[in-house]
Amino acid sequence: MKDSIKPFVVLFGLLVLWHTLVIAFDMPDYILPSPVDVAKSMAENASLLWEHTLVTLSEMLLGLLLGVLLGIVLALVLVYFAALRPWLLPPLLVTQAIPVFALAPILMLWFGYGLTSKVVMTILVIFFPVVTCCYDGLRHTHQGWLDMAQTMGGNRFAILRNIRWPAALPALASGLRVAVVVAPIGAVVGEWVGSSAGLGYLMLQANARLWVDQMFAALTVLAFCSITLYYTTDRLLRRFIPWQPETSQE
Amino acid sequence: MFDVIIRDASLRFGNHCVFEKLNLTLKGGKWTCLLGGSGVGKTSLLRLIAGLPAGETDGKILCQDGFPVSNRIAWMAQQDLLLPWFTVLENITLGQRLRRSWADMLKRRPILPPEVQDKAMSILEKVGLTEKAHVLPQTLSGGQRQRAALARTLMENRPLVLMDEPFGALDAITRLNLQDLACELLKNRTVLLITHDPLEALRLGHDVYHLRGQPAQLTDAITPPGEIPRSLEDNSLMALQGKLLDRLRHESLLEPLAGEQ
Repeated sequence: MKDSIKPFVVLFGLLVLWHTLVIAFDMPDYILPSPVDVAKSMAENASLLWEHTLVTLSEMLLGLLLGVLLGIVLALVLVYFAALRPWLLPPLLVTQAIPVFALAPILMLWFGYGLTSKVVMTILVIFFPVVTCCYDGLRHTHQGWLDMAQTMGGNRFAILRNIRWPAALPALASGLRVAVVVAPIGAVVGEWVGSSAGLGYLMLQANARLWVDQMFAALTVLAFCSITLYYTTDRLLRRFIPWQPETSQE
Repeated sequence: MFDVIIRDASLRFGNHCVFEKLNLTLKGGKWTCLLGGSGVGKTSLLRLIAGLPAGETDGKILCQDGFPVSNRIAWMAQQDLLLPWFTVLENITLGQRLRRSWADMLKRRPILPPEVQDKAMSILEKVGLTEKAHVLPQTLSGGQRQRAALARTLMENRPLVLMDEPFGALDAITRLNLQDLACELLKNRTVLLITHDPLEALRLGHDVYHLRGQPAQLTDAITPPGEIPRSLEDNSLMALQGKLLDRLRHESLLEPLAGEQ
């Protein structure tokens, strides 16, 4: 079986299992609607879902873009300015030690109920895996390459551009894969705490009215966005880092 | 071609003294081979000459013509050190990429001007890798990778070449072929080759030194007769190899005994 088909087979299997559970245990709609009900709700509310998906997607993508950029810049600073390391690492850890749920209300207060607070939340969630992976990648450049570059009389920027950066890409790619998976958490948590649009907002509204099928419809769209984002990122990373070592051979 | 003089070189890691007040002259345009067991300090000495970080160092590395040795060195390590994201051609012109100034970048001058590209291709032809110029190193065999590393060393066009067991990981036939190729292409350059293989040292070295003991000391130079690369059919070479192997075996047998005392 082709690798590209496997995720769809798994998805289909899960849907069948879900449907079987609903029938077998005679689940009421307001506890667990069947996949068919959810599909119906998705079709009926397509334009509404689309409108809110765009909001959540823009929060996620903007947060990802800024978070990744910020993460890379900080990793570079940590590697090249050793004196700043002891000053920067503690605040970096603090941002992760405080649960993002606890920070959400404060961020609402500071950045308002619009896009900005959700983007900041997303940045906070993805920032850490990007920084640590990129920093680790940059720190562990093969010493032999660096020695050779030194004997060649290479300048610092050229060594970064031609050796350290490409050598760090496989590690950064791992960080990016984690980042795209957790980015929706930041955006949706932000929407739950306070918003007027987005899939998280839609889920809260549906929950209050016991429209569980619509809740599940929003959840399905969110899961679909996350999975698509992950596989697109994975494909792109494999394409741009063709030399990445793969030790698990089939 | 100038001699390179290593005077009173010392190296220590904390309390451990690797070598002290070591003196060695690399004759200009000749191959000097340094033989020794593992961990005796061969690579450390090479790193010291190359100006690479290696513990607490002391001593002077002088060129006979009075100019500093830095920027006159090409380095060829045990591993081929080919960058997996660059093609073979990009790898052998790595020096040109790394020395590219901000001005070159801002003025968008090409990384490889036609004359540099021609030179690189002619070197690739010499090492027999013309057809591999545009492939990634992962598609090359061990011997081809080491030939690409040799091409990169040649591309640097430096008078002093430091080689740290560059043929150590190759099979016997590929190793002999590469030794011959290196001898031909690095003719008239000052070469310091580090190896643990006595035959390799005796085939390639105009002067062969043995680094041994703790702190390590250099023995007197062995100067095998004839031009390099010497033929394997030369009986005197084989006799010398036997003596050196005996000496190396004796040395490795003595080490644990000395440690026990």
